[in-house]
Amino acid sequence: MATATADILRVGYDSEVFENFLRSRREPQWMTEARRAAFEIYQSLLETDLDPEEFKRLDLRAFNAAKYRPALVASQSEEVSALLSDKTEFGGTIAHVDGYVTGSRLSAELAATGVLFGDLQSLLESHRELLEPYFLKKAVRVDADRFAAWHAAFWTGGTLLYVPRNVEVSLPLHSLIAHRQDGIADFSHTLIILEDGARATLLEETTSVTPETAGLHVGCVELIVGRNACLRYVQLQNWNQKTWHFAHQAGNVDANASLQWTVVGLGSRVAHIHQDINLDGRASTAEVNGVTFASDRQKISYYTQQHHRQQGTHSDLLYREVLRDDSRVIWRGMIKVDKVAQQTDGYQRSDALMLSETARCDSIPGLEIEADDVRCTHGATTGQVDREQIFYCMSRGMTRKEAMHMIVEGFFQTVYDRIPIEVVRETLSRTVQSKLGFETISQ
Amino acid sequence: MNSLLKITDLHVSVGETPILRGVTMEIRQGEIHALMGPNGSGKSTLAYALAGHPNYTVTNGSIEIDGVNVTEMEADERARLGLFLAFQYPVVIPGVKVADFLRHAVSNVRNPERKEGEGLIGMREFRKEIRDRMTELGMDHEFARRYLNEGFSGGEKKRMEILQLAMLQPRFAILDETDSGLDSDAVRVVSEGLAKLSGPQMGVLIITHHERLLEFNPPQFTHVMLGGRIVETGDSSLAHELHANGYADVRARHPQAAAENIQAEAATA
Repeated sequence: MATATADILRVGYDSEVFENFLRSRREPQWMTEARRAAFEIYQSLLETDLDPEEFKRLDLRAFNAAKYRPALVASQSEEVSALLSDKTEFGGTIAHVDGYVTGSRLSAELAATGVLFGDLQSLLESHRELLEPYFLKKAVRVDADRFAAWHAAFWTGGTLLYVPRNVEVSLPLHSLIAHRQDGIADFSHTLIILEDGARATLLEETTSVTPETAGLHVGCVELIVGRNACLRYVQLQNWNQKTWHFAHQAGNVDANASLQWTVVGLGSRVAHIHQDINLDGRASTAEVNGVTFASDRQKISYYTQQHHRQQGTHSDLLYREVLRDDSRVIWRGMIKVDKVAQQTDGYQRSDALMLSETARCDSIPGLEIEADDVRCTHGATTGQVDREQIFYCMSRGMTRKEAMHMIVEGFFQTVYDRIPIEVVRETLSRTVQSKLGFETISQ
Repeated sequence: MNSLLKITDLHVSVGETPILRGVTMEIRQGEIHALMGPNGSGKSTLAYALAGHPNYTVTNGSIEIDGVNVTEMEADERARLGLFLAFQYPVVIPGVKVADFLRHAVSNVRNPERKEGEGLIGMREFRKEIRDRMTELGMDHEFARRYLNEGFSGGEKKRMEILQLAMLQPRFAILDETDSGLDSDAVRVVSEGLAKLSGPQMGVLIITHHERLLEFNPPQFTHVMLGGRIVETGDSSLAHELHANGYADVRARHPQAAAENIQAEAATA
């Protein structure tokens, strides 16, 4: 990369921005101190290069942090429409606009069981002893890289879900993160803690109120799944195409627990997601699903790591990507197996379907295995839409576009089949259809 | 009025290689035609060219349905005019359920003016219809929920083609070696299925090497193709003769076409 690149990337938020931001907060001292510590780390990390293995394929030259600032006051709240809401019954909902919570609700029955769900900021303050030990300490490390540290210094708003021991939340919960104003930097955080034996489903989506506003999201997702617990988490990234999206996401799965994690990437101008799946406890399992549809000049990048840290752990990652126009998708996947993690079963696969000659996809799976009694497999495919499939559909009366739509739907179906939540499957299918569009698809 | 599929002096190339060198044939609704010929004679090329496969370029001649020239039409427009090809090698469409695929196909073929996104045939009506057709063809209803041809055996794929034929009720059906690669039970199922479906409303062109399909569906016309031309046309007795004696006599009667057939076979090998 040229030096000019490194220079612009080293320009981040200075202490003036940080002090201004701090003055706008009314927070307990411990929180402010944690922010100051994170800001120091952020400043020192700005001086270092990004990990080339993770970032070398992603062109960030056009990124200029100074163009985006955190909103210092909450904007007027009004309903923001979401893809998933109103389509099903939720046990609780929360919405954020430009980093501020605009409303949240939890059913009385769930609240009575001790479930906490709502604004992370206020719940961290009111339940500090319970929550602070988890926040940016177990799953995502503040010093992981400059984006993690940046987030830790400036996080605002956010969704917290805490489910006590053996409590089962049967209805899904919904979290919406929205951008409204131009030039806003959003640092929302999602923290989910399931105590031993708990069960829950959280559906989260990100959206922009209008297609024109430019925005930045430096986010963080932390999923902490206790022993024998079961978490299903879906994140549907649907920003407008003027938004930069950087996210550190990590899930820690304890013994005999299971995590089903679905990542959907539809929006953003440039997105980079660092996704860690940490199989911390014996016989823990994780299933990771990815649905990505890139169009126009979008660049969507994933760095996934399935880290087997204990014996008898099981991970299964399936990403599927559809690329149109001049878009680019990067997937760098890694399965890591520690020496103690014998009898581990790790699987990763990424399949890309290219709808245009000018799209580009890089899929790079990788294995790092220190144990000797494991089964790890990986694979990646990239291909154009099969002409014989198109002809077959057309010979049954479908137009070329309709044939393409059908083939793309079918391509994603394999991932949908792994998602046991009907509203998610339906919403994804509809959203993909609308992104395919009836007019714009190329021949 | 009986519809007419009219093929006139059709020349077709694949890339730079000419395969069909002037095929003329008329198929009326209600008629069954058999098309026979050795490997490389151009039978499948004719089938693909009729269906509108983009790799098969018509360099001369025409295909008309009731006077409408379809030679330049896309495959979907031809399908909407009532043309159907049962594929020799049906294509797998991963993740697309048989029922969803057929519901779209049926909606387009029955409502040729339909645009994408416009209404599909009613779900209840469609479900009943597909179930009835599957029952008639001795197919498990579970098929409707499977992904199209994914993991299907050879016999299941061919039966799926017949199911599509039954649902789309075309005016003209071309069956490209629908009986190849099947065991005798499967051939019987497919042959009986076709016999039930064909009638006064359907013109059928059966491309086959075997006799079984023709036993159940006796052709009024048998065409023999050699070197990209129809060299002989007769009735069903010609089909019997070819089954019994092979193509040696035909080759001897048409030495030039036979030589061109050998060239074509070498070029495609």
